[in-house]
Amino acid sequence: MKLRNKDLLGMKELQPEEIAEILKTAELMKMVLKSGNKKTSHLQGKSIVTLFYENSTRTRLSFEMASKFMGASSANVSASGSSINKGESLMDTARTIDVMSTDIIVMRHSQSGAPHFIAPKLSASIVNAGDGMNEHPTQALLDMYTMKEKYGSLEGLEVAICGDIYHSRVARSNTIGLTKMGARVRVAGPATMMPVGMEKLGCTVCKTVADAVDGADVVMGLRLQLERQTKSLFPSVPEYYKYYAIDQKILSLAKPGAIVMHPGPCNHGVEMPTLIYDSPQSVINEQVTNGVAVRMAVLYLLMTRRNQE
Amino acid sequence: MRIHLINGQIMGAPGMSELFIEDGFIVRTLSGPADRTIDVKGGAVLPGLIDAHCHLRDPGFEYREDIVSGTRSAAKGGFTSVCPMPNTRPVCDNASVVRSIVTKAKNEGSANVFPIGAASKGLAGKELAEFGLMKEEGIVAVSDDGRPIETPDLLRKVMQYASDFSLPVLNHCEEPSLSDGVMNEGAVSTELGLRGIPTAAEDVMISRDIILAEYLNLPIHICHVSTKGGVRMIREAKARGVKVTAETCPHYFVLTEDACLGFDTNAKMNPPLRMEEDRLAIIEGLADKTLDLIVTDHAPHHEDEKDLEFSLANNGIVGFETAFALSYTYLVRPGYLTLPDLTACMSANPSRLFGLGRGTLAAGAPADISVFDLDNSFTFDKNKMLSKARNTPFHGYTLYGNTLLTITGGKITYEELC
Repeated sequence: MKLRNKDLLGMKELQPEEIAEILKTAELMKMVLKSGNKKTSHLQGKSIVTLFYENSTRTRLSFEMASKFMGASSANVSASGSSINKGESLMDTARTIDVMSTDIIVMRHSQSGAPHFIAPKLSASIVNAGDGMNEHPTQALLDMYTMKEKYGSLEGLEVAICGDIYHSRVARSNTIGLTKMGARVRVAGPATMMPVGMEKLGCTVCKTVADAVDGADVVMGLRLQLERQTKSLFPSVPEYYKYYAIDQKILSLAKPGAIVMHPGPCNHGVEMPTLIYDSPQSVINEQVTNGVAVRMAVLYLLMTRRNQE
Repeated sequence: MRIHLINGQIMGAPGMSELFIEDGFIVRTLSGPADRTIDVKGGAVLPGLIDAHCHLRDPGFEYREDIVSGTRSAAKGGFTSVCPMPNTRPVCDNASVVRSIVTKAKNEGSANVFPIGAASKGLAGKELAEFGLMKEEGIVAVSDDGRPIETPDLLRKVMQYASDFSLPVLNHCEEPSLSDGVMNEGAVSTELGLRGIPTAAEDVMISRDIILAEYLNLPIHICHVSTKGGVRMIREAKARGVKVTAETCPHYFVLTEDACLGFDTNAKMNPPLRMEEDRLAIIEGLADKTLDLIVTDHAPHHEDEKDLEFSLANNGIVGFETAFALSYTYLVRPGYLTLPDLTACMSANPSRLFGLGRGTLAAGAPADISVFDLDNSFTFDKNKMLSKARNTPFHGYTLYGNTLLTITGGKITYEELC
């Protein structure tokens, strides 16, 4: 099955069949990853550039590994050390990369909609690796892959997403993607960090973290940016931990054997205690591994579409 | 110069089809043979439209618009008078800037230009500007334009001091501490991951302004109302006898926040496009005369300031060349407003608010006249605008109410009759 669009901008833009296709392809890619010879020729002769305006460890590295494992030549542009520091605009920077015969630009930017703004103007395919508070589709895809790996199907899964929903592109992409695949999403967090109309994305907004986690198959924490405290979104870390963290007591409300997820990087002792982060229920490290497989799948499918054009 | 308009439908004079103009004024009969007879081919002949809220960008931002291009654009939209806001560079906060605007408009403009002076020096919200000296040069109102008069104390003093010079005070109502966003706060901002501005930001300040107007028994004019709550509070205040007047813009009764989907920066404006319930409340407010004026908030921007990431793009859209057609198409054709009511919102009411002595086709009035084709639809093409800017979300709209002829002070400023 061919992807419909040139770009991967968000879960909003993907159809359920496309999501299923990416997840299925990722299974094959994971076999490559687990094999002794992590090298394929799927992307041989192709060029992939990562353009990151924000910091990243997991996302950027996994895209680079994915490119390399499949034989593409890859390069990086980041804000520091590039002409972005001289004030070059996003559009000019992106066009510069585009005209160097780049096939795919993987982009992270602090502005919601930044990839949507450049994508129609470029011949390269754009993969959104996180845009502001809008979307982080490959994170949602790797999260869904991890859930599917554990439960066999996403249909009917109860997924609790807890924490700073307002600022979270991970929460948005997961809510949209999981809902499209038949899972049920509940969200919870401080009311100061719950966006208006979140339920219109298809999830249930719960009053407390306990309500969200009650009977859940999957419990996902979100990174809390500690500087939000200075904007009066929460009073202190100890208070946040007491009322909004995923601790043992909260986790005991979930279904027995429920998995714990976190997109990382995690503030230990804020979103959850280290004990849970390291517990057998935690699949946080598997998420990272699966991130490489899912990104291989995304790059492969986008390139296949380009080759057929 | 004697002009004889024939074959028109004259507003306010059923059965009449002709109008006489001599030496810049509307007259009962011409004193001699007409120098020009203009067949307006059944068009609706209205008192010239008056835009009480626009931005001509002159002086200082002529790359976006200037007095020449702005007034030509206004004339094409059927406007005979426009009232530009003071956010120029230098700010229109003193007599010499007012004089330079008025002089340039008189010499090179295609519409009457009645500037609005700054309420505070430099629009900084600290000290009163020189209302009296600016009025001598021609300002018709005071406002800090896009900057809300933030402290209640300053607004009180602005209202009190403006009353000494009979100048209306126009306030952009938006509580700054609640306005750290780039679009309306609601389901769409949540879906797009964009920071929202709640309707409460506008409502909080409208309520404050009404309270001060009531306490001081002085008039206040609320700029571009976009919320249901705002309409309700203004309606209630008027019923109590508070001296509050208010305006809205076509985009607030035509579009909703949905126009931002796809990160379309031509849907980015301030106040932001709201929700359907607000849109309907604005229409209701116009229909029951809670809202007195329809203004354009014409805000030309260069393409480089709009073709950007959503959060970085400037706020605002151009409006002169769509305002009447959108209003006619979305208010009069569906039956919410009569044509005379719409015309009042765009001509007699702004004239009365600012004391311009216009907004009428009665003999003796300045010959400010707009003629529109109400019967045939047209497709609005942004590339045919006379404005320098192209920032409009209405490109490709099918509308009724194309301008056929605009006459300002007896001079033809726009003509599309052939």
